[in-house]
Amino acid sequence: MAKEKEKDVLLHVENLKMYFPITKGIIFQKHVGDVKAADDLTFDIYRGETLGLVGESGCGKSTTGRAILQLYTPTAGKVIFRDADGDRDLAQTSGETLRRLRRQIQMIFQDPYASLNPRMTVGSIVSEPLEVHNIDNSAKRLKRVRELLNIVGLNPYFINRYPHEFSGGQRQRIGIARALALNPDFIVCDEPISALDVSIQAQVINLLEDLQDKFGLTYLFIAHDLSVVRHISDRIAVMYLGKIVELTESDELYANPLHPYTEALLSAVPIPDPAIEKKRQRIILEGDVPSPANPPQGCNFSTRCPKFIEGKCDTKDPAFQEVQPGHWVACYLYEGVHK
Amino acid sequence: MFKFIVRRILGFIPVILSVAAITFFASKAIPGGPFDFAGDRSLPEEVVKNLEAKYHLDWPGWKQFTSYMIGDELTIFRTKHEIDDVNVFIEGDKAIVNGNVMLLDNKTLCKESGYIVYGGFTIFDLDTEACGTSQGVIRGDLGPSFRYRARTVNDIINETLPLSAQLGLWSILVGLIIGIPAGIVAALHQNTIWDYLATFVAVMGVSIPSMVLGPVLIVIFANNLGWFPVAQWGAKPPYFENMFLTPGFDWINYFSHAILPVLTLGTGISAVFARLTRASMLQIIREDFIRTARAKGLHEQVVIWRHALRNSLIPVVTILGPLAASLVTGTLIVEQIFGLNGLGKHFVQSISNRDYALVLGTTLLFAVLLVISNLFVDIMYAWLDPRIRLE
Amino acid sequence: MASEGTTAKGAITRKPRSLLWDSVNRLQKNYLAVGSLVFLALLVIVALAAPFISSGDYANQSLKHNYVVRSWMLGFMPETASPPTIVTEDGSRIKPEGDIVGYANVVTGSDYPLGGDDLGRDLWTRTVYGARISLIIALVASTVSLVVGTIYGLFSGYLGGMTDNIMMRFVDFLYGFPFLIVVILSQVYFKALSNRTSGEGFGQMIIDLNNAMGGVLFMFIAIGLVNWLGLARITRGQVLALRETEYVHAAKAVGAKTGRIVFRHILPNIIGTLIIVETLAIPGYIFTEAFLSFIGLGVNAPTPSWGIMIADAAATIRSYPHILLPPSIALTLTALTLQFILSKNGIEQPTYSPIIKPVPFQQIA
Ligand SMILES: Nc1ncnc2c1ncn2[C@@H]1O[C@H](COP(=O)(O)OP(=O)(O)OP(=O)(O)O)[C@@H](O)[C@H]1O
Ligand SMILES: [Mg+2]
Repeated sequence: MAKEKEKDVLLHVENLKMYFPITKGIIFQKHVGDVKAADDLTFDIYRGETLGLVGESGCGKSTTGRAILQLYTPTAGKVIFRDADGDRDLAQTSGETLRRLRRQIQMIFQDPYASLNPRMTVGSIVSEPLEVHNIDNSAKRLKRVRELLNIVGLNPYFINRYPHEFSGGQRQRIGIARALALNPDFIVCDEPISALDVSIQAQVINLLEDLQDKFGLTYLFIAHDLSVVRHISDRIAVMYLGKIVELTESDELYANPLHPYTEALLSAVPIPDPAIEKKRQRIILEGDVPSPANPPQGCNFSTRCPKFIEGKCDTKDPAFQEVQPGHWVACYLYEGVHK
Repeated sequence: MFKFIVRRILGFIPVILSVAAITFFASKAIPGGPFDFAGDRSLPEEVVKNLEAKYHLDWPGWKQFTSYMIGDELTIFRTKHEIDDVNVFIEGDKAIVNGNVMLLDNKTLCKESGYIVYGGFTIFDLDTEACGTSQGVIRGDLGPSFRYRARTVNDIINETLPLSAQLGLWSILVGLIIGIPAGIVAALHQNTIWDYLATFVAVMGVSIPSMVLGPVLIVIFANNLGWFPVAQWGAKPPYFENMFLTPGFDWINYFSHAILPVLTLGTGISAVFARLTRASMLQIIREDFIRTARAKGLHEQVVIWRHALRNSLIPVVTILGPLAASLVTGTLIVEQIFGLNGLGKHFVQSISNRDYALVLGTTLLFAVLLVISNLFVDIMYAWLDPRIRLE
Repeated sequence: MASEGTTAKGAITRKPRSLLWDSVNRLQKNYLAVGSLVFLALLVIVALAAPFISSGDYANQSLKHNYVVRSWMLGFMPETASPPTIVTEDGSRIKPEGDIVGYANVVTGSDYPLGGDDLGRDLWTRTVYGARISLIIALVASTVSLVVGTIYGLFSGYLGGMTDNIMMRFVDFLYGFPFLIVVILSQVYFKALSNRTSGEGFGQMIIDLNNAMGGVLFMFIAIGLVNWLGLARITRGQVLALRETEYVHAAKAVGAKTGRIVFRHILPNIIGTLIIVETLAIPGYIFTEAFLSFIGLGVNAPTPSWGIMIADAAATIRSYPHILLPPSIALTLTALTLQFILSKNGIEQPTYSPIIKPVPFQQIA
């Protein structure tokens, strides 16, 4: 599935942290802690690729996506976006500059039922990006909206309907049309298919792939299980409790998972070859995911890790290192292993 | 629990202080003063000045306020005997008091030669005796009234509060006795004739304001049927201690006077309570824990009385706090319609009259009652809903 | 644009169903509510057409007509009423002329269809004009409180953080303040102001306008002043909830500015709730106006308000109960019909909600 990609960085994320403060008190709000939803993330996204971001529910995937888009103001870190105008740190821009940059970075949301304003017609939802950036006059915008609806496979006749008159899959297409309206370079797809019926999932995935080919899009594709992303991603990042634990080419990840958590995840993915499938052994993780408000000492995975090393894993965070060319992992098992 | 109550009471202090301060300065901000009304309008400037000085109204506002709160050397007078029959005319700068002419522009004369009563109000009164100085709110002294000049605010409250409180408490009692059972019956027999009836009557109840219901009751039961007397309730205030401690207290007479005003007020309250109880009861009996209780095979009566009722009373208890505070301190309309000498009118008149001490006194009384009844409500919550813990 | 969809089937051409239509449909099934709506519509018509369906002069005093009744009212006039006398211009009292049955002075003819009050003013005219006051109060006070409360809540909720905190503590503080005292204070203040006749500038303009309107303007302000609080809280709560919804994030992601997000995305989704909440307060406004007028802090005489009329009538209730009837029936029916509409149109009233101040005790006071 891997396409030829020139290693041209589009987005560089460095030490990105997104903490949600926990406060107490009514008048004088005391800061009593943080939910560390995204904790010190560093990765690149290459132009034209699809980077899959996988992890359990609540591990901070959406938060990461939103922090990249500056829908949340990151607590710390850089989000450097590179285009013809050079490098810009999104985390440092705001106001009008940021608003302009938004034209190039879009998002498809997790929940097709919640992401469309129920009081707006499909037409006004899809044309909103054009409107807020003052693109074209209203007649041209209307034309463009019809075109977009066609592209995502919706009948433009529905333009005056309200979202509640559509099915989940159709709604997700509306969301995609909205994301495409501004001809962006980069789209964060936040679990665009998890809320959909299995039968429609494939359609939406295919649509996204077609669009990528057609418009040269770059995706950050978020999903909560590995079976979905394998098909669409060039590279995959595995996330656990606010941290990326492993990042590599998707074939490499399936063939040679390094992090114990990735292994556990992969062991749960059915393999379409009966012979191998028979031998597949599920690694059942014990215990619950700790709360992101109170992560364990040391490696976040240490409380559930089958390969836990006492005195090491529970003391300090393992560094996120490139242990083989293009294969990054954060685990003490690979300490000192260098490319 | 004890700590909770103490903490809450300490928390009241700034609230009450700021309510007092804001009311005081807001009423001072209204143009006009206590001495330019009805009886006093024609007073010469000197006399007004003199009066203002007497009541320390010439002081800066903040000083008046602090002295009101913590007391000052302001003298409080008390009347020795009735003075209203004194014959007074004011003609230009002269006042004729029982045939004696006094010059009003002469300050000393005014101060020394006697009292002037005009339009029923004492301006200066020789027949009063100084009974002490204003002790300040912190010592429970609400100061002298600028309008009813022979009386203190404490006197006025002592005179009028018992009647207002009786009216309020009886009405709440009526509300509880009628409203809650009606609400329960309506909820348990939802969509039956009982429910419709109760709901309909309750809607009527909240829609008929007391200013309509009161006169209607008077016309029907006093005028036409002649069952109950109107007015005169509490002409001689039957204080609580009197009522319950006096052997052979004439309860029949008491209630024949009380029943119409109490019904006037109680109807609306019953209606509100009935609606609240019905709504929350309906909600509660659909909830899981009630279904569980039923599933456990508990007797229906037990389910309703032990489990559902307690919880469904929470909304009633919630409005009971502010309701009690505002009813106990007087319901102007009912008092006016039935000619009751209650506290209600002073809330309005004191502001209209710029009787600053009385404004503060009534507001403070209300605020204190409000916070106390809200505290009471919170404690009731904890009792009704075990999930709520007082911290 | 719809014309282009010729290929679409019938099912597609169906128009989007509107919420209004739905609620009209539901309403039709409820006769009580329909009857109430009809009554309110009539009331509005009567109020609008007041000059045409009444003598038009609500302030006209006629000594010959004080306490007059129609003959059909005699049944419930008390026997004990003292015989009315007519006081002529020179102050002498003479026995009234005309149809006298029992003790009350009866009028014939088309004037005074509901009798006259203590000053001989036409009760029908005054009641009809009183409807204007009540309806205007209901309309303006609710609009004022809706607008102020919504804007305040929108700002507080969307700005968030410290601003929100300060704005909401201010609301809490006002909330703790006795409602009645605030209204009375501000009404006394306004009344004192409106005695000022000479002055200049904007302030005087407002005062003159208020006097020309019979004191209604200041009552809007006084009632509106205390009633936006609940709405501000509800609005803020809703904004906080919607601010984190995906469609708001989506709007932000496409580069919508704050104003657009607040007014295109958040407001349309909460305005329905807000209007319902505000509508529930309307009987309270009507009662508050009647209450203020009753205690003499409402409209200025001789502007007729049901509250003032009831207060006047209550003073002579034992002798002349007929004066009480028109304003009482009007006030009660208006409140009643509003209640029927509000409680039957799917809006169950009044469950306990910690953010909505319980309206009832305003109504009782
Ligand atoms: N606005 C917020 N305020 C506080 N905490 C938040 C906020 N948004 C998310 N969180 C917390 O951050 C953590 C990560 O949430 P996030 O939505 O990013 O998870 P996710 O990986 O997208 O999960 P899912 O697969 O369910 O969408 C969760 O513990 C969540 O409770
Ligand atoms: Mg998510």
